[in-house]
Amino acid sequence: MKISLTVNGQKYERDVEPRMLLSDFLRHDLELTGTHVGCEHGVCGACTVLLNGEAVRACIIFAVQVDGEELTTVEGIGNVDNLHPIQEAFREKHALQCGFCTPGFLMTLVPFLKENPDPSEHEIREALSGNLCRCTGYQNIVDAVKLAAKSLT
Amino acid sequence: MATRYFGQRIRRNEDPRLLTGQALFTDDVNLPNTLHVAFYRSDYAHGKILSIDTEEAKKRPGVIGVYTAEDLGDYWQRGPLLVPPPPIKDIVFNERTQVPLAKDKICHAGEAVVMVVAESRYIAEDAVEDIEVDIDFLDAVVDIEKAMTDESPLVHDDIEKNIAAHVVQEKGSYSSIRDKAHTVISRKFIYDRGTAAAMENRGVVANWDERNQQLTVWDTTQAPIPIRNGLAAMLGLSQSQVRVIAPFIGGGFGPKIMMFYPEEVLIPWVSKQLKRPVKWIEDREENFFSTTHERGQVHEAEIAVAEDGKILGIHDVFVHDAGAYAPYGLTVPINSQCTLLGCYDVPNYYSEFTAVFTNKPIVTPYRGAGRQHGVFVMERLLDLAAQKLGMTPVEIRRKNFIPQDAFPYDNEIIYQDFSPLVYDSGNYEPALKRAVELIEYDKFIKEEQPRLLQEGKRVGIGIVSYVEGTGIGPYEGAKVSIDPSGKVSLVTGIGTQGQGHFTSFAQIVSEVLDVPVEDVRVVTGDTLEFGWGAGTFASRGAVVAGSACHEAALAVKKKIHKLASEILEASEDDLEVSGGNVQVKGVPDTAISLGELAAKANPLRGAVKPGTEPGLEATSYFGPSRGTTASGVHAMIVSVDPETFLVNIERYIVVHDCGRVINPMILDGQIQGGVAQGIGNAFYEQLFFDENGQLLNASFMDYLLPTSLDVPKIEGDHIETPSPLNPLGVKGAGEAGAIPVGALYAQAIENAFHDCNLEILEIPLSPNRLYEIISQNKTKEQI
Ligand code: FES
Ligand code: FES
Repeated sequence: MKISLTVNGQKYERDVEPRMLLSDFLRHDLELTGTHVGCEHGVCGACTVLLNGEAVRACIIFAVQVDGEELTTVEGIGNVDNLHPIQEAFREKHALQCGFCTPGFLMTLVPFLKENPDPSEHEIREALSGNLCRCTGYQNIVDAVKLAAKSLT
Repeated sequence: MATRYFGQRIRRNEDPRLLTGQALFTDDVNLPNTLHVAFYRSDYAHGKILSIDTEEAKKRPGVIGVYTAEDLGDYWQRGPLLVPPPPIKDIVFNERTQVPLAKDKICHAGEAVVMVVAESRYIAEDAVEDIEVDIDFLDAVVDIEKAMTDESPLVHDDIEKNIAAHVVQEKGSYSSIRDKAHTVISRKFIYDRGTAAAMENRGVVANWDERNQQLTVWDTTQAPIPIRNGLAAMLGLSQSQVRVIAPFIGGGFGPKIMMFYPEEVLIPWVSKQLKRPVKWIEDREENFFSTTHERGQVHEAEIAVAEDGKILGIHDVFVHDAGAYAPYGLTVPINSQCTLLGCYDVPNYYSEFTAVFTNKPIVTPYRGAGRQHGVFVMERLLDLAAQKLGMTPVEIRRKNFIPQDAFPYDNEIIYQDFSPLVYDSGNYEPALKRAVELIEYDKFIKEEQPRLLQEGKRVGIGIVSYVEGTGIGPYEGAKVSIDPSGKVSLVTGIGTQGQGHFTSFAQIVSEVLDVPVEDVRVVTGDTLEFGWGAGTFASRGAVVAGSACHEAALAVKKKIHKLASEILEASEDDLEVSGGNVQVKGVPDTAISLGELAAKANPLRGAVKPGTEPGLEATSYFGPSRGTTASGVHAMIVSVDPETFLVNIERYIVVHDCGRVINPMILDGQIQGGVAQGIGNAFYEQLFFDENGQLLNASFMDYLLPTSLDVPKIEGDHIETPSPLNPLGVKGAGEAGAIPVGALYAQAIENAFHDCNLEILEIPLSPNRLYEIISQNKTKEQI
């Protein structure tokens, strides 16, 4: 099937099998490998991307479902020389170790902090609870969110 | 010593790439023309293979090859025994290692039977569905205590009673003191463990380049160099024809250093056969079956104490679940056996274990690597003894700590690195004292707990200690060189899985050469860049590779002094290296930048003196005489909901001693993350097998990892007792957070129910299990 969509501001047109997962499509067809896959069953959150600004899990969506839509992946929020404030805060607070879960956390947080610019610790923990991280024990991620919230306002 | 880089909280060099999705993980390797692999894995745990029909699969469009064990010919070999049995008297050891594809017999559910190679992973998985394997089912060996009986089925037909190993180690003579003891307490303890569940599954990408006769392999391994060496030998290539890259790795924790997983053997081979790049990426379900676990032990243990609480001796007999094959030999049970002794002066110790084969996935070290099991038994025995003697948990531990002046302390048994278990240094009392202060132990017992109990709340406190053997040999190496740009390049052989090596190793070099940490470019885990070393395991990266980095930096500094002394016509002793320059001490006018010096060290014309080595570069190796012993104390306060039996951690304290600290930010992160895994192991995670050896909860829906709502902030402090065994005085820290958490949960929950006569003798717990244990003991009113 032919689909056309916008990812990180760039238009793409591709021919895909209907069963192609969005996560595979982004990673392999578009070579946007920043979106990671940790479980392929919608639990770990590593594959989180923005679909029209909202956080969704790319491993449980088919590529054909996003025909005509607008997506943002981790590659679209900042770059090595110009980190997004949330990325900056993650670095400052040592909120990543292996970094495999990190893109998913970042993409969960971008809309969260937009909607909730001054979250309490509990709200932060609630917001993060759908993303698994096996390395950090979460505390530094929580601290990074607090710092990011401050620097975004 | 004043430091600028070593010991500082410095942001990580690797983060920008990881944060922006630019870091290369194995699954990110996208070569043109790549083929994809999926495996047919056995649905059953135990059975004889009668026939395999792959005809339909082969016919499917897009399928390039389908391979069974037969098709591998002579390439089909059992994996190597990674760790031979240590030199312990009268040891029984029955070697049996894993195979690339099951040939006649299935030994665990999820064992690979057929490999399918196709143009896409989707097609490969379709073709797996086409395969028919006819299996004659056999009863499965599941329960480890029953495995050793005469009636048990056999995992390997020629290994009697499923015995993988039997080991006795003894210090002093337990039997001679038992009768003299004031109190003897015996209990049965069960300690089960789960799976590492690194967020990144395993994966291998291999590319055989026919023209250059060169094999490149990207592998999610913690040990790229041994993988290269093994692959070269298996494929009949020279080591220089094989390059193994362990790129960024999404968490290791032990199971990513198995050597060799079947896929690591098969993917490079098939790439060479088909002369195309081939990729296999494990999915999460496969990970639950085919990545190694760490699992159960059952201990029958006894402690003999004097009236004042002094330990006279410990007697422990345990069974260890090895899973279907035991490529790691005895590493895990020996860790349990040795680590049980903990921070304590135990004059008499008898420890006997039997490792048994079962029809379950393979067991290899996972963060803590059996140390948890030993620590659990010892800490529980001490708690029980304290209770009997009317002492507090704090008192009995203090009473039995090895005193500070007794180091090096010889435990008179053999450790997993084959060296005698001698603790290099330690100072346990201050850590305990600090933890007691931080958690306000006395105030909690005297004021808080009675008050909260009156309000109907169940709250409890726990405090436990542990040691961790870290930083074992054999050796690692590092190469440091200065570029004409003035930047430093640092290469080591070990792989990195999130420990911050790109920063901590850079800090070690920066400290010696006085260059900014961002100017040290670190390369790890690429055999083309560095070809000697063993790998990242046993909390040894910082100790062993870190020490090699230090030595190499010193050697480069020596070269800087030598060359600069010729150029500046000054004695080497009068020179100093600082701020990226070398100069005559206190005379900035004489400064030559290190970059300029590096260029001078590599002349393109003219003559040099005989024996001159070009460049400002040095390679050094470091091999410690034996491992160093880190230690610590964990304390926590929990509240238990009397209706749901959910346990909430109110406070968690870690006071840790891993010698000199390279980067406290990274260390704290390791501890916080380790504790999180310990919490999972103690209260959330358990692998459930049914009587057929079937794993019942192989997904993240059913196997619960702790989330941000379950892991509290870890508070704490560090004590620094430098190790005398390496030039930096460092000890390993990677596993410490995870080790004593089970013991701590047990003590704290018992304390919350201290009026109920409760004994917790098993881990993992869960709300359900806790309810069962408590209701077995108590009537509803008492809860
Ligand atoms: S990979 Fe999509 S949620 Fe885990
Ligand atoms: S940093 Fe490794 S999984 Fe989160």
